[in-house]
Amino acid sequence: MTDRHEHVLDDRTPGVEEHESSATYLSYTVGLALAILATIASFVVSQTDLLWPPGIPVGLIVLAFAQIGVHLVFFLHLGSGADSTNNILALAFGVLIVFLVIIGSVSIIASLNSNMMPMSQ
Amino acid sequence: MTVAAIDRAPAAVPAGLARGRGGGGPASKRVVVAYGFWIFILGDMVMFSALFAAFAVLRNSTAGGPTGAELFDLRNVFIETMCLLVSSYTCGLGALSAERRQPGRFLAFAVLTFVLGAAFLFIEVSEFARMVEKGAGPSRSAFLSAFFTLVGTHGVHVAGGMIALIYLVAQVLAYGLPAAVLRRLLCWSLFWHALDIVWVGVFTLVYLMGDWH
Amino acid sequence: MLGKLSWAAIPFNEPLPLLAGAAVCIVILAVLLTVTIKGWWPYLWREWITSVDHKRIGVMYVVLGLVMLLRGYSDAIMMRTQQAIAIGSAQGYLPPEHFDQIFSAHGTIMIFFVAMPLVIGLMNFAVPLQLGVRDVAFPVLNSVSFWLTATGALLINMSLVIGVFSRASWWGYPPLSELAFSPDVGVDYYLWSLQISGIGTLLTGVNFVTTILKLRAPGMTYMRMPVFCWTALSANLLIVAAFPVLTATFLMLLLDRYLGMHFFTNDAGGNQMMYVNLFWAWGHPEVYILVLPAFGIFSEVVAVFCGKGLFSYRSMVWATLGICILSFMVWLHHFFTMGAGADVNAFFGIMSSIIAVPTGVKVFNWLFTMFRGRIVFSTSMLFTVGFIITFVIGGLTGVLLAVPPVDFVVHNSAFLVAHFHNVIIGGVVFGALAGINYWFPKAFGFTLDERLGKASFWCWLIGFYLAFMPLYQLGLMGMTRRLQHIPDPSWQPLLLVAEAGAIVIFLGILCQIAQLFLSIRTRERRLDLTGDPWNGRTLEWSTSSPPPAYNFAVLPRVETIDAFWHMKRIGRPPVAPAYEAIEMPRNSPAGFITAFFATIMGFSLIWQIWWLALLGFLAAAIVVLIAGWRIEREDEIPAAEVAQMELAR
Repeated sequence: MTDRHEHVLDDRTPGVEEHESSATYLSYTVGLALAILATIASFVVSQTDLLWPPGIPVGLIVLAFAQIGVHLVFFLHLGSGADSTNNILALAFGVLIVFLVIIGSVSIIASLNSNMMPMSQ
Repeated sequence: MTVAAIDRAPAAVPAGLARGRGGGGPASKRVVVAYGFWIFILGDMVMFSALFAAFAVLRNSTAGGPTGAELFDLRNVFIETMCLLVSSYTCGLGALSAERRQPGRFLAFAVLTFVLGAAFLFIEVSEFARMVEKGAGPSRSAFLSAFFTLVGTHGVHVAGGMIALIYLVAQVLAYGLPAAVLRRLLCWSLFWHALDIVWVGVFTLVYLMGDWH
Repeated sequence: MLGKLSWAAIPFNEPLPLLAGAAVCIVILAVLLTVTIKGWWPYLWREWITSVDHKRIGVMYVVLGLVMLLRGYSDAIMMRTQQAIAIGSAQGYLPPEHFDQIFSAHGTIMIFFVAMPLVIGLMNFAVPLQLGVRDVAFPVLNSVSFWLTATGALLINMSLVIGVFSRASWWGYPPLSELAFSPDVGVDYYLWSLQISGIGTLLTGVNFVTTILKLRAPGMTYMRMPVFCWTALSANLLIVAAFPVLTATFLMLLLDRYLGMHFFTNDAGGNQMMYVNLFWAWGHPEVYILVLPAFGIFSEVVAVFCGKGLFSYRSMVWATLGICILSFMVWLHHFFTMGAGADVNAFFGIMSSIIAVPTGVKVFNWLFTMFRGRIVFSTSMLFTVGFIITFVIGGLTGVLLAVPPVDFVVHNSAFLVAHFHNVIIGGVVFGALAGINYWFPKAFGFTLDERLGKASFWCWLIGFYLAFMPLYQLGLMGMTRRLQHIPDPSWQPLLLVAEAGAIVIFLGILCQIAQLFLSIRTRERRLDLTGDPWNGRTLEWSTSSPPPAYNFAVLPRVETIDAFWHMKRIGRPPVAPAYEAIEMPRNSPAGFITAFFATIMGFSLIWQIWWLALLGFLAAAIVVLIAGWRIEREDEIPAAEVAQMELAR
């Protein structure tokens, strides 16, 4: 990082380990452990009756968000650093769009499908 | 990028200027490159979300053909998932080694990451081949089209990432670890972590969701 | 060996496309020949084709947009003429299979290769200068973006000569666009051309979001950025948010066509409504991508030519961001009639009405800026006033259309056609023309001729109203869009008025061509020696016209909104600062060469010449890898040289 023109700003970007040491072997290992736990939990939840069956989809989604959170915090170091606002705002914007596209499309198509005439065969 | 004049003399920025609220002047090349790549990745996520949406809508359009429950082998999915997850871990450790200017360690972690990624792809391609052989290829039904496209696009991204990793390892061997190469490694690891995040979505929504058991 | 390509692809037995194609080829050959004979290639290669300078790239984008405007306009006048004469028993001169290609090409070209390049070109030129920095975040990527866009334009124009273009409109709805109903290459031209240029556009989005958020002059906080930069930021955020959806949608249609998948087919479970849904999830943000920068241009122009700061900067910023977010929540209004339930339709109808509110805030801000200002009616200001009136009318009809029951009556009628031309011409085209007249002196060192500029404005204004107001009425009378033959003779008078309007618009275009030639010829009389011909307020006017490659020898220190106005007011003495060496990125042929191979790949994919497509793809990839191998990408301009250039100013 010895660019002649390195101008260290009060700014952080996901994954940029400039002068802070939030990126350590420990943080990655903790992240891995948590992610493995979440993954195993997902498989167990979906394959057994540990969770009340109608609640399985919700449980899976919660676990998925949790694991994504683990990735963002422990692997991408989101949120660390003095001013990570830009990065979190960008992520929030991205999440909003993803949410709108998926939930929007699913509900719109569901509404459209429900008004289709029944198939003849 | 060209941030010459200001970066050479940070003391020349008068105290009266607002440093906060975005008034600190142009950011460093490293921040600019990483942020730009982050934005690009968010765009890629949006593309995946459209493919996810298509899958969600078409998941039951099996046209009398095989369903997910009949086709998916969850044991393989678990192994794939672990491979990719651990590869994300080794990628992170490799990035750490690169930051600390330890090219030997970086290369070791890079090889591990590559091997794990290759294992992931191998399992995935075998699964695809098995399904196609059974007559459950992407042209069988809308559900299968959506499945193959969503999971396949992720797989193409993984393959592309692995080619890029070879390319970047070559750069490290040629140049060592100057700032420019570090920036590219940073972008690459952002990309690789993002692919694992997408995979969390894939294995949850495609393989585990729905009455596969 | 050559896939589906054969001599039959050239329309030897169809006089109209043959003549049109021949004419285009002759013009292109003439241009290439002229350049060769005059020995301009080295200069063009060095200074323009391999340039990574945002100012040069911006100019090239605008040139592309204006050239394609001629093609898009030709399609328009052909359709207008057909509709003016093919009434009752008359069949006109365009058979349906041609007419369908023409309206498809017209929409595709106007949106993707006229409006987008004009808007992106102006953002390219002005944003870094307004931010007080030297270039965008990723200059080489910028060049790649431009050349990939040019590739898309080239592919579409090739369809005029080799093969056919899509007949499935600029949307490409399945099942018409599926292989079963469009077995020829037309839809493939459409899809590949837009996929390739779409990559370029997405990269532009990444570039400008990064530039605006991470590269600004010292002291330029977010709330001191010019409004044009705020609108550029919003538009580019929308590009990053929306274009990937289009990429995925086109990917799915391509997979259906090429690999026999079933996303949108009639059989095996495909869902065509999904295409419509995803297309418009991109499509609505797209129109805000086009119009937000235009709003920004008007904000700049109105402040400068009324001699006042923009009224209520803060509300302008919030309105812009509001429009940005809301634009992603209204897309269903493009398919109210497709059959969603009343609750879904109502939600999107209400959201579509709400989005008119921040736009209204902007209109009032412009009006309040004009109030008690010292208005100079330059060409740009005329376009601004024309915009305010015209866009409000178009916006009002938009709010009408946002009401689902109303839309049920006029969806896809001439009323709708009138509405969107109203807002696009009144908003985007007028904005682009205002911006071109406004920033031309900065780019080239001399102003454009005002008289011809004003003449072009009046022709555009009058022509627009003549051409499109009748369409509102026709829509209410029952005329649908895209009619190759007019069944009801009572519509003819209005269609003749529309034809007249189209001709007046052509006069406007002629005035602009004349303006350009005359201005160049007599440029000595209108040189911009100060760099500030309009008494501007923002930082671009503090540079020379044209600016040096590095824009600012020393990055300006920004203390307020309208930084340059503030500098002029406090009369900062011209202190000779301590110049330092400036790093500038080197020119790069990577953009041009990548696009060259992308063209080959696209053409080969269209005609299913698989080996050539693979070669093209590999070659493009290799170019990227080679370009990415370099560690040092900059040249340094020594401090002494900088001082010399600044003194010479």
